[in-house]
Amino acid sequence: MNDFDIQREMSGLERFIFTLRALYGKSGYRQYQMSKFEEYDLYARHRDFLASEQILSFTDTDGKLRALKPDVTLSIIKNLPDRPEALQKLYYDERVYRVSSGSGRFQELRQLGLECMGAVDDGSLSEILTLACLSLRQIGALKADAPDRGDAILELSQIDILRGLFDSLRLTYGQWDRLLPVIQSKNLSGLGQLLSQFVPSPDARELEASEFLQRIAATPGDPKTMIALLRSKAELVDQAAVDQLERLIGTLSEDLRSMIRIDFSLAGNSRYYNGIIFQGYVQGVPQRVLAGGQYDRMMERMGRRSKACGFALYLNLLERMFEGREGA
Amino acid sequence: MDTYLNIALPKGRLGDQSYGLLKAAGLGCPELEDPGRKLVFANPENLVRYFWVKPSDVAIYVERGAADLGIAGKDILNEYQPDVYELLDLGIGRCRMAVAAPKGFSDDQRGTLRVASKFSRCAAAWYDAKGRDIDVIHLNGSVEIAPVLGLSDVIVDIVETGTTLRENGLVVIEEVFPVSARLIANKAGYKFKEQRIRALLDRLSERRS
Repeated sequence: MNDFDIQREMSGLERFIFTLRALYGKSGYRQYQMSKFEEYDLYARHRDFLASEQILSFTDTDGKLRALKPDVTLSIIKNLPDRPEALQKLYYDERVYRVSSGSGRFQELRQLGLECMGAVDDGSLSEILTLACLSLRQIGALKADAPDRGDAILELSQIDILRGLFDSLRLTYGQWDRLLPVIQSKNLSGLGQLLSQFVPSPDARELEASEFLQRIAATPGDPKTMIALLRSKAELVDQAAVDQLERLIGTLSEDLRSMIRIDFSLAGNSRYYNGIIFQGYVQGVPQRVLAGGQYDRMMERMGRRSKACGFALYLNLLERMFEGREGA
Repeated sequence: MDTYLNIALPKGRLGDQSYGLLKAAGLGCPELEDPGRKLVFANPENLVRYFWVKPSDVAIYVERGAADLGIAGKDILNEYQPDVYELLDLGIGRCRMAVAAPKGFSDDQRGTLRVASKFSRCAAAWYDAKGRDIDVIHLNGSVEIAPVLGLSDVIVDIVETGTTLRENGLVVIEEVFPVSARLIANKAGYKFKEQRIRALLDRLSERRS
């Protein structure tokens, strides 16, 4: 008879997804399945929330312009009922369609992620951070060659802290938009130049804010060191935001806490994000494999009263890792 | 686990100068100084590995993690906009991206300006910011002869001494941005080799000032 063994037949990637689904399920997350297409308009209206500007669209038989999803979050926000007093916890395993920077053509990317919407509180945020760290750990555990604990890092930042510094410098959104790519590339000299341009005659406080911004953008650190640094500038830095950061990190196990780096070059668009944002890296993969954050502002822009936080894993970057090099 | 620091150097004068700076900062590699035809060199004593790469490819090697660090000019970075950290301006390879045109040329601001360049993205961005309509002609080399042959009205190109321009009857009419060599880093590599990279940065910055 056929001795078919599903465990043996599963590919490394399938095993990984299965393990994460169990992990998320145990924390009360339920799978949410989505339609393949969305109205093009949804993405056109929120272009700068998208990772890439180009959208794979088509005219459907009813004359409506539709798109193959370039992003999952916007679709979830639109389709989920707005229940600000409840907690909706869902995960998804979806394909998105984006232009690859390499080939310049559209490609299909598989994305696994979770979203928590509604009465998101510290408990939910802590759970999300824990799940993000555990997801990264799982990658190491399921590697094809030499499975190991897997060196992984979760880079963490806090938008309200950055925003506070920007406000001290009286920067406009337009100036913030120009500063973001420079901060994100840790380009200290470029940052200094732009700040001198935007704030040509800084008073003492503005000078201090400018110097501090450059310092924290350039230099990441372990949570203890960075929090002490942020506390040392109480007059410049939103201490309530630092409190939240310290609390959340404090809820993680020591093992997971050792994965955290606080890095303010991880800066997001404050039109969409507030509070914590984070990215995950694993040894052996040259780009971030996980990205997430709290995005109450995006919810507001879409007329929702619920808070929201979540993250996504970019599975196409992990394929090689699970299958090993031969046959990849 | 690969504990080597992998560095992509641009072939040519800039690469040689960059190696000099890195060597002075403690990352010398004797194999590299006696190359033969090799392109990859390693020093097991200080765990550094170098390789020579086409200058416009350095950013790709770094972005994709084949190299942890690399040296690339600001012209290349602005043109290809790789998703990398730009950690330090090394202050070498100084030149500028400029608009050049035949002597006596003046833009009457009417019609579409024909612009020849190796750096089409930079050229397009420059004129876009001015609201000037242009037709970008992407060339891969010898851009200076384009206006001479009537292929374009102006060029956007790297200018160092200006000799090549002068010899082709061109003059600089506008500076687009200053260019110098930058130390770039793969974002993931930076996270896992942070201490080594920060130590290198400190030593390089020290020597610069």
